[in-house]
Amino acid sequence: MSDPTEESVRSEARAWLEANWSPDLGLVEWRHKLADSGWGVPTWPTDWYGKGYSDPLGRVIEEEFDRIGAVSVARTGIRNLAAATLLEHGTKMQKEKFLLRILTGEDTWCQLFSEPGSGSDLAGASTRADKKGNKWIINGQKVWTTSAHHAQYGLLLARTDWDVPKHKGLSYFILDIEQPGVEVQPLRQMNGHASFNQVFFTDAVIEPEFQVSELGDGWKVATTTLMNERRGADGLRRYAKATEKPGRAYAEEAEEIAHQLEPYKWYPQRAGRVDLVLQRARETGKINDPAIRQEIAKLLTMSKSTEWTARRARAAADLGLPQGPEGSIGKLAASNVARKAALVHTMLSGADAMLTGENSTMGGVIAEIFVSTPATSIAGGTDEIQKNIISERVLKLPKEARTDTDRPFRDVPRNIVT
Amino acid sequence: MKFNFTEEQQEFRLVLRRFLSDHSPTTEVRRLMETDDGCDPDVWRQVCQDLGLTGVHIPEAYGGQGFGLVELGIVLEEMGRALLCAPYFASTVLAATTILNVGTEEQKVTLLPPIAAGEMIATLAFAEDSGRWDSSGVEMTATSSGDEFSLSGCKSFVLDGASAGQIVAVARRPGSTGDEGVSLFLVSPDAEGLTRTLLESMDPTRKLARLEFNNVRATLLGAEGEAAAPLSKTMDQAAICLANEMVGGADILRESAVEYSLLRVQFGRAVGSFQAIKHKAADMLLEVEMAKAAAYYAAGAHDEGDDDWPAMASLAKASAGDAYMQAAIHTVQMHGGIGFTWDNDTHLWFKRAKSSEVFLGDSAHHRELMMQRWPE
Ligand SMILES: Cc1cc2nc3c(=O)[nH]c(=O)nc-3n(C[C@H](O)[C@H](O)[C@H](O)COP(=O)(O)OP(=O)(O)OC[C@H]3O[C@@H](n4cnc5c(N)ncnc54)[C@H](O)[C@@H]3O)c2cc1C
Repeated sequence: MSDPTEESVRSEARAWLEANWSPDLGLVEWRHKLADSGWGVPTWPTDWYGKGYSDPLGRVIEEEFDRIGAVSVARTGIRNLAAATLLEHGTKMQKEKFLLRILTGEDTWCQLFSEPGSGSDLAGASTRADKKGNKWIINGQKVWTTSAHHAQYGLLLARTDWDVPKHKGLSYFILDIEQPGVEVQPLRQMNGHASFNQVFFTDAVIEPEFQVSELGDGWKVATTTLMNERRGADGLRRYAKATEKPGRAYAEEAEEIAHQLEPYKWYPQRAGRVDLVLQRARETGKINDPAIRQEIAKLLTMSKSTEWTARRARAAADLGLPQGPEGSIGKLAASNVARKAALVHTMLSGADAMLTGENSTMGGVIAEIFVSTPATSIAGGTDEIQKNIISERVLKLPKEARTDTDRPFRDVPRNIVT
Repeated sequence: MKFNFTEEQQEFRLVLRRFLSDHSPTTEVRRLMETDDGCDPDVWRQVCQDLGLTGVHIPEAYGGQGFGLVELGIVLEEMGRALLCAPYFASTVLAATTILNVGTEEQKVTLLPPIAAGEMIATLAFAEDSGRWDSSGVEMTATSSGDEFSLSGCKSFVLDGASAGQIVAVARRPGSTGDEGVSLFLVSPDAEGLTRTLLESMDPTRKLARLEFNNVRATLLGAEGEAAAPLSKTMDQAAICLANEMVGGADILRESAVEYSLLRVQFGRAVGSFQAIKHKAADMLLEVEMAKAAAYYAAGAHDEGDDDWPAMASLAKASAGDAYMQAAIHTVQMHGGIGFTWDNDTHLWFKRAKSSEVFLGDSAHHRELMMQRWPE
């Protein structure tokens, strides 16, 4: 068989979709077909629901999905990060048990990394995992856990050894959230939503086969999760949008967006809604104001360059070239865009920026930009941490002298968790 | 008074700071922001009667203390720090100043003492749906028949407009444009044809309302058709007041950010020991101190009667608006995830900063005014 080309893949995908897609299918039933055929995640390995295609071919197939209007596999939220992590580090049993239900959207996942005492310093986690018999017993607390209130599983970073330096004593687990030892409490944000939570563990139990990779490998595995998270924050993120087209699959997808993806409904606003700027400038007549035109032009320049930088990173990866700095700056650039967009939207809104809620501009969307953009430079690693990574790992500047990595974790000064 | 405060003024500030930290802790701010009129009657009574703050810049002849904008600025800076929930800006700053600038002697004698005593809460209804605080933007009309006037149109973004006991409204002679034909009127809140709607405000500690006038009877305040110049003066004075209020908020944000960075440990050390955080804190101090210098200077220039004070008012407003918003953004950032939560207090000031940024005209607007007015 000859190597697949863009044309061959396009016509094959089109033919398959035309023969199989119907909006009248049930959502899960359709996604099973996608998983079985490999067309749902064509860039995944052939052993695991994919076709082993390159990213560019994957995008050709996405275009065919868009063309015919077919619903894709579930791919929003933390489940993406879970899939990427398990594909790289999971056992055969773990992949069998979890990957398919991630694709069908039957399971929701959350990321149990940050703690009250450790955010930027994730390797300072102090949630404990202790072996009792052959099971792991979990005690401690996580925080800022998006979606925990309706997740079935969590990606858990916990400490299994207190007598070695911090990065070496962590292990990575899959935690069943729906058990008595886990309590989830919603946390309200400054924008009024409560998409993240505090999660308390009191003798929560994890079966030994749900440990991911080796004991003490937690930091390495968490890095895979984080790299995928940050790569996804590069300004090319697409948000799931419900369609009003008739059909059972569409209706069920809309339901999924309304419920499972409810925590993410303000995420487009947190990115700054650059897409609304020109429309708002025309509506308010400020499109003709020279001072505002300059600011809009600066914003569009930032936003476009951010997008192109992300595309350069992807293009380089497609060619198999080593990652250049373009890969690391995407998340930082997205923070700058969000902040600038909030400023431009303020100029466009004028006095209307004093209002919020359903009766304010665009049903509250504009107000939500103002109180949501501050999350962009914090979630998934703060701007300061991104700058440290860029300067130390990309630019190879000398590392800051550290006093927390040269000693057993139990001797490192840390916050007192209350 | 542009570059330093007298001992009495510093003492005055300390008294206010103590009072407000006792009476306007964020637990109270959070309680009051959920209410419709957003004010605690008991605290308000003390603000007016015990401290006499409602009459600070009202001349003694009209029941006030007879101080200037420097002292009023001190009050506002402290209220901005403490996010006091009260109709102070509406009544003392906007309404009283307007009356002082346009009222006839007889009107001042009757209207100002109750405002100075805090018994009457008044407000100024100037901006309309277009959100402009200048006379050219006024569309509401005042039709006269003999001595009687009747107002029709809409006012929006009216501070404490739903709860105020007296409304000072701006309207124009039908057919007039620009600065021509603009007058001020007194309207009773329960006048027939007036509908007041509380708006949902970005900053819930500052209550806003939209007022619809449908042939509402009104009394002329001052001279007919001559309000544009005194209103412009009122807005410049209010801009100075707002600038002082904003630097108070920016300052406490800055302090809270530094304080948190000393408490919060990551990587085995206080996050405030990282240079990235130190530099951010230093930048904040720089920006807030610059804005303070401008706010104090503008108040002093006004009180000393400098010709260029209106240009300085706009300079101060734009400077404080930018510094406050930037301080709020930095403060959230320096707190990390905690800073983005509802339970952390930062967002209370963040929202005040956002709404103050555009209240009375945004920074671009004020920079433009400043350029137009800059002395040769
Ligand atoms: C909307 C949102 C959703 C989130 N979802 C999740 C989730 O699902 N799961 C999860 O595990 N976490 C989640 N987080 C948590 C997020 O990853 C952390 O908030 C973030 O990493 C910062 O940690 P922190 O809050 O502890 O802040 P801290 O680490 O305490 O930071 C405080 C300040 O210190 C600075 N700082 C810290 N270290 C350094 C340094 N070495 N050099 C310079 N400056 C430094 C920071 O930049 C920041 O300004 C979410 C956060 C948000 C806002």
